Amino acid sequence: MYTAEFDYKKVSSVADALAALKAHPDAKLLAGGHSLIPTMKLRLASPSALIDVSSIPGLKGIRLEGDVIVIGAMTTHRDIEHSSLLKDKCPILPEQAALIGDPMVRNKGTIGGSLAHADPAADYPASMLALGAKMKIESSSGARVVTADDFFVGMFQTAVAEGEMLTEIHIPANTKSSAYEKFAHPASRYAIVGVAVVKHADGTTRAALTGAGASAVRLPKLEAGSISSLVSAADLLSDNFASAEYRAHLVDVMAKKALARV
Amino acid sequence: MADKVPITLTVNGTKHSVHVEPRTLLVQFLREHLSLTGTHVGCDTSQCGACTVHLDGMAVKSCTMFAVQADGSSVTTIEGIGEIGHLHPLQQGFWEMHGLQCGFCTPGMIMSAADLLQHNAKPSEAEIRHALEGNFCRCTGYHNIVRAVQHASGQIQNQAQAADD
Repeated sequence: MYTAEFDYKKVSSVADALAALKAHPDAKLLAGGHSLIPTMKLRLASPSALIDVSSIPGLKGIRLEGDVIVIGAMTTHRDIEHSSLLKDKCPILPEQAALIGDPMVRNKGTIGGSLAHADPAADYPASMLALGAKMKIESSSGARVVTADDFFVGMFQTAVAEGEMLTEIHIPANTKSSAYEKFAHPASRYAIVGVAVVKHADGTTRAALTGAGASAVRLPKLEAGSISSLVSAADLLSDNFASAEYRAHLVDVMAKKALARV
Repeated sequence: MADKVPITLTVNGTKHSVHVEPRTLLVQFLREHLSLTGTHVGCDTSQCGACTVHLDGMAVKSCTMFAVQADGSSVTTIEGIGEIGHLHPLQQGFWEMHGLQCGFCTPGMIMSAADLLQHNAKPSEAEIRHALEGNFCRCTGYHNIVRAVQHASGQIQNQAQAADD
């Protein structure tokens, strides 16, 4: 399948990427391309230009700054899966990364691309909410930091506005224990239901759900100690793979499995 | 038409400097521009893995990247890993263990398994199956495919042992 025609521009700095976005308002940023390219091949998206940000120096890698883990937006799922820093300080991310798609997808796909795409069945949004992560978003007028709670706005919608770019993910290095349980679609490996639970060093527990609804959400009932009827089927998606009622049931099952491991 | 973009990439050890339309997929470039038709297009939706090649040593789905994204990179296809009379241990393994029926998925299976064996020379059966999750065989010959990878793993270890002795 061919995509529609587009102009291609590879950039080597965030400033160049933002300038290119300004010059081509309907351009798309190209990272690993594993959500965008299939969408373009189906002609569900036909941007006039692609701005390739995959090799901007400094946007790839994982580092510890004080008590915050900083992950560059262009870090691949493979790098997250094998990061010894994350395995030690934030094990839920390597656990999740190993469950994304398949090895070839993980070799190209990036955490920033996945978060900015905000697929309702993506894995990371649940852990971002449960970890209390923050997203650094840059534009030509400067940078701002948005909490995960404010980042996921709706289906394929985030707080990243036109002319802006997600550049870093900041995660507090305070995980005491964590678990992610996913009921995966058997072919695509996307989450039909995914539940992330993180116990933090300050004694709080945060939990979140992905796959079941229009976007990832916190699970306040679970955080308050309940383990049944965590969500209402009326708030969930229904499709040919799983009805809303079945998804609601799966949420309780995945939550119990995750809680048993934290 | 969108402007063509100059790219330089190395494919199976040969350097190519060409101009391509940005929307040219890497798999189209390999098959239609370089006539390397060993890399197959199966689902064309990044699920089946028949189009798997190595990009700088890592297995990727060449139907889900543009040729322009491979600028400056080294690509290895199924044609580049062995030759008649000197097969790659994985090619030999698929031959010995009847690891194929129709053969359509085989190039992708071999390229994915080669990425696995580069990083894990002695994978368990479970690790092999996990590593091949992105490759579909519609003849459902998975058992012999796993045996083929185990055979190759043994061959590679024997070769390493012989080199040490």
